[in-house]
Amino acid sequence: MGAQKKRAAAAAAAARVSEDPDDLARQPLQAILLADSFTTKFRPITLERPKVLLPLVNVPMINYTLAWLEAAGVAEVFVFCCAHSKQVIDYLENSEWFSQPNFTVKTIESHNIISAGDALRLIYEQNVIHGDFVLISGDTVSNMSLTQALQEHKERKKKDNNAVMTMIIKKSKPSPITRQSRLGTDELFMAIDPNTKQLLYYEDKADHSKGTICLDKMLLAENPSISLHNDKQDCYIDICSPEVLSLFTDNFDYQHLRRHFVKGLLLDDIMGYKIFTHEIHSSYAARIDNYRSYDIVSKDIIQRWTYPYVPDVKFCGNRATKLERRGMYRALEIEQSRSAQVGSFTVIGYGTKIGSNSKISDSVIGEGCTIGSNVLIEGSYIWDNVIIEDGCELRHVIVCDGVIMKAGAVLKPGVVLSFKVVIGERFVVPAYSKVSLLQQPTVHDSDEELEYADNSSGTVEFSSIQGTADQSNGEMTSESSEAHKPKLGTGGVGYIWSICEGGQEEEWRHSVAPIPEDKLTELSEAMDDDQELVTQDRTALSTSGELISDSNASEGDDNEDSKDDSVYFEKEVEATFLRAVEENVKVDHVILEVNSLRLSYNMTSADCAGAVFYSMMKLAIKTPHSSAIGLLTLYPSPFSMVASNAYPIYLSGELQQNTANIITTWQKLLKSYLLEIDEEIEIILKFEEMCLESAKEFSPLFARILHILYDKDILQEDAILRWADEKEGADESDKVFVRQSEKFIQWLREASEEED
Amino acid sequence: MDFQVVVLAGGTSKKLVPLVSKEVPKALLPVANRPVLSYVLEQLELSNIKDLIVVVEGADAALCVGGWISAAYVDRLHVEVATVPEDVGTAGALRAIAHHLTAKDVLVVSGDLVSDVPPGAVTAAHRRHDAVVTAMICSVPVSGLSEAGSSGAKDKTKKPGRYNIIGMDPTKQFLLHIATGAELEKDTRIRKSILRAVGQMDIRADLMDAHMYAFNRSVLQEVLDQKDKFQSLKQDVLPYLVRSQLKSEILINGAPQGQQAKENGNDKVSYRILANASTPSFHELYALGPNGSAPVRRTHKCCVYIASNSKYCVRLNSIQAFMDINRDVIGEANHLSGYNFSAQNNIIHPSAELGSKTTVGPHCMLGEGSQMGDKCSVKRSVIGRHCRIGSNVKVVNSVVMNHVTIGDGCSIQGSVICSNAQLQERVALKDCQVGLGYVVSAGCEYKGESLARKEK
Repeated sequence: MGAQKKRAAAAAAAARVSEDPDDLARQPLQAILLADSFTTKFRPITLERPKVLLPLVNVPMINYTLAWLEAAGVAEVFVFCCAHSKQVIDYLENSEWFSQPNFTVKTIESHNIISAGDALRLIYEQNVIHGDFVLISGDTVSNMSLTQALQEHKERKKKDNNAVMTMIIKKSKPSPITRQSRLGTDELFMAIDPNTKQLLYYEDKADHSKGTICLDKMLLAENPSISLHNDKQDCYIDICSPEVLSLFTDNFDYQHLRRHFVKGLLLDDIMGYKIFTHEIHSSYAARIDNYRSYDIVSKDIIQRWTYPYVPDVKFCGNRATKLERRGMYRALEIEQSRSAQVGSFTVIGYGTKIGSNSKISDSVIGEGCTIGSNVLIEGSYIWDNVIIEDGCELRHVIVCDGVIMKAGAVLKPGVVLSFKVVIGERFVVPAYSKVSLLQQPTVHDSDEELEYADNSSGTVEFSSIQGTADQSNGEMTSESSEAHKPKLGTGGVGYIWSICEGGQEEEWRHSVAPIPEDKLTELSEAMDDDQELVTQDRTALSTSGELISDSNASEGDDNEDSKDDSVYFEKEVEATFLRAVEENVKVDHVILEVNSLRLSYNMTSADCAGAVFYSMMKLAIKTPHSSAIGLLTLYPSPFSMVASNAYPIYLSGELQQNTANIITTWQKLLKSYLLEIDEEIEIILKFEEMCLESAKEFSPLFARILHILYDKDILQEDAILRWADEKEGADESDKVFVRQSEKFIQWLREASEEED
Repeated sequence: MDFQVVVLAGGTSKKLVPLVSKEVPKALLPVANRPVLSYVLEQLELSNIKDLIVVVEGADAALCVGGWISAAYVDRLHVEVATVPEDVGTAGALRAIAHHLTAKDVLVVSGDLVSDVPPGAVTAAHRRHDAVVTAMICSVPVSGLSEAGSSGAKDKTKKPGRYNIIGMDPTKQFLLHIATGAELEKDTRIRKSILRAVGQMDIRADLMDAHMYAFNRSVLQEVLDQKDKFQSLKQDVLPYLVRSQLKSEILINGAPQGQQAKENGNDKVSYRILANASTPSFHELYALGPNGSAPVRRTHKCCVYIASNSKYCVRLNSIQAFMDINRDVIGEANHLSGYNFSAQNNIIHPSAELGSKTTVGPHCMLGEGSQMGDKCSVKRSVIGRHCRIGSNVKVVNSVVMNHVTIGDGCSIQGSVICSNAQLQERVALKDCQVGLGYVVSAGCEYKGESLARKEK
């Protein structure tokens, strides 16, 4: 049912696409802009303001994205708003974006969406996308030209209807030590066909425990040449065909664009959809994914890599700013003390006042800030209307709107102060802490992807705290929060968020602060150890002359396999045997068949003997006299063993007769596997096992059937005697059958002595 | 040139039975009427390498090879023939002759390589990077018949076999990954550590290891000593060196680079200067400490030399390859044979005698003193010396060695007839191999069979 639906949907989509190719070519270019990243990396800031509206070098991020889309020739943009949708829509309505000629911005709002996948499914339902579209999130900064990528995409699409997506990538080598890119994202491994640029393998969110990349052998069989890349960065700008939306609808479990959609497409070889890449070389494209990329992209903007989207060029939403020497941007009406030093690569916003002897470098200061004297600001991002009193020190921090820092407060690297926080006098905020007026949400969803800045609860909380800070503090005292809420010094307002378990170590990865030296040394040593492990592994294996086998895990698999194998093998042999009985196949042919099974499962002849014997005995039970057997099985087995002789003779007699018949008929088959005495012992052991487990009917007859086997020359006396000897030292419970056949064994022993 | 050359001439390869025998070891199999070994020796001679060690497996084979070399190259090359026991593997062979090796680097060439790639180019690539090993890589040969007209379409549909999976850096100078043999059947696993160090790796499945290696001698000997289980250069030693290149174990006991790094500060400075002189390879970058300090890690370099597509490079290691090479050397790659081709694009020795209405097509070779009867036809085949071929005989796509007698009315297609074999009248062979001195009785027809005397 589901599959049918899927197919129908796919067909419908295909029909829609192929309706009129000419018409399609003339379609104005559309874009989907996701104004929500569906992650929580910018918390606590994003609890109060959506990520796309956070200022990036004093301009809300979404403006960079929209300005680029407009310049790239996109005619219509659907802005998908989820968290804080009201704020986004309000902002857009008050901006110039709704009044641009040849550029339409439409908003789509939804509150119960938790992932990009859901968003795209919703857009599909609205049926607004008619041709190829650009998929982008509202936190992307780029100045690339889409023309070439778009053309490539269209040409590919014309030739191969399965080429549904073109991903924009850019060269950027992650640090081998920290294993993350300069934007603070995880390292990315991709395999790309160097000729067609088709994406063949994609692995982000690398599992560090796995030291290898596993390329399917089919991949290399189909592509004689593959480039494996660790030096590319995914720009998260995708050119998609309309099928992409229907694919999301078909696969309702796709949530994440990369982790589910891209990987799903790469693994799915039935539909054969293909993803291609387009590498940009000289232009800029980057997505702000975390605080580190916020820092890096800001610096890139200041250093003009993103031209024309730089502070001194007027594009939507920025104020006139003048570029001075050494990469200094100054807006109008700045009051700066004569003795204040403003260093290179710094942006100072409109109406900001800077006191005497303050030093500012590599930082962005927003509008209307007041900075006292003797303040040190280094590599920091100060947003609007922040008051920093005398003698504060800020290194590599983000300070949001309306924050007040009392005199002498110090922010260690990596600190994030959310809106309207007050830091008390001489208070030192420890490194990497996040401070907010809002309390840390206590419920932690284990799956961070599904967790997002929840709109409704966010605003509710927000409004409750809108009142005076003191009041909100008072309200909270009832909870245990008071206990774990460290004070922010005298007069301080806000909560220091505790870093959730496990996150502490990783905090430095995504922070605005540069990675500390000692961390690097530590990591590079760890890397050495890694290598050591790997090589040791390898040498251990290679000295034994074996080919490289990669991990213990795979060896474990092998063991599993062999266990499975023997079960399958037994079943196959039994099936073969039963068929042979039913169809009266010649013994020789059965031997051939079993032999081929043996080869294909790589079994020994002892295994064969065991399996054949097992099938024969099974047959003996099944041969019609089921009523009698039914009766037999009713008896609890221990009883039946002891009282075997007490059985009505016809019951066991019939089974014995059956067994004897079958053994006589098929003795040739069995004998062909009994080359050595070991195999004969194997049979006895097998029989014992059966009597105990799968075919308890035989347990009373054990000794007799043993005798039959001896009479038919299937078992030699040596085998039986050795079996008995082996069992000598076993547990009592193991000896049941030896006991049962004691007389027979005794007789055999005497006979052999006589011979001697 | 401080290079020693070791030619691994093998013994009597089992894969080539019935073509090889005690009297004709693999190294002496004729390719266009010359022993295959002569092609390697000639290339070495062209690169001005005249001192070499030829390693032969088995005493009998060594005697034959030694005899031939001393006769053919008496005044041209200085060749030492070393005998090693059979089945010691290529690594074992080198282990056995280790005491002969003294030079800084050793070039190891397989004796069955028919190629026009200059060995000098491989040694130069090796020296340029001060590598521990440099392997020559060539494109996978298209095997099977490629008949003149129809070849184009046929070859495209046929997938070339896979011999290796080779990973290289984007500049195609360094070997980062190599998979051989049974590993090809599994999924390819690439280590992330090396990918991190190099950034981009090109993986190719259409190249193969041509079995010509330049080794750093001390490294080679150390590996051979320490890893006494290593049997094959191709399957053990080379992959080992490749996978340990970022965490080198072998330089510890005083190989050149190791010493350099260990010594005092002066050396360090010179190291930096050297490193600055040219763009450092990823090995050097990787070896550096976190802030560009002196090297903290020990690495070694594995290089490749990729033979260009226009070069010919095939190993004679199967019967099919034997056929292919013979066909190519008198056909497409005829510059290798060293003969002058006639206007008809074939070579007929002046002393050969042809009967009336007998035609010898292009891409054929007829050795000295061979006689052919009337109305014979030879196409794309090699016929050796002093063969006696009756009338009405057809030889197509075949190799006929020396002193072979072929009766009237025989038809031979795609087959190999070894020396001294005798084909009586009206024998028809297709895709067969006839062993040394075998007699095929009159009127027999065989298809795809291997005919040889029983070895006693």
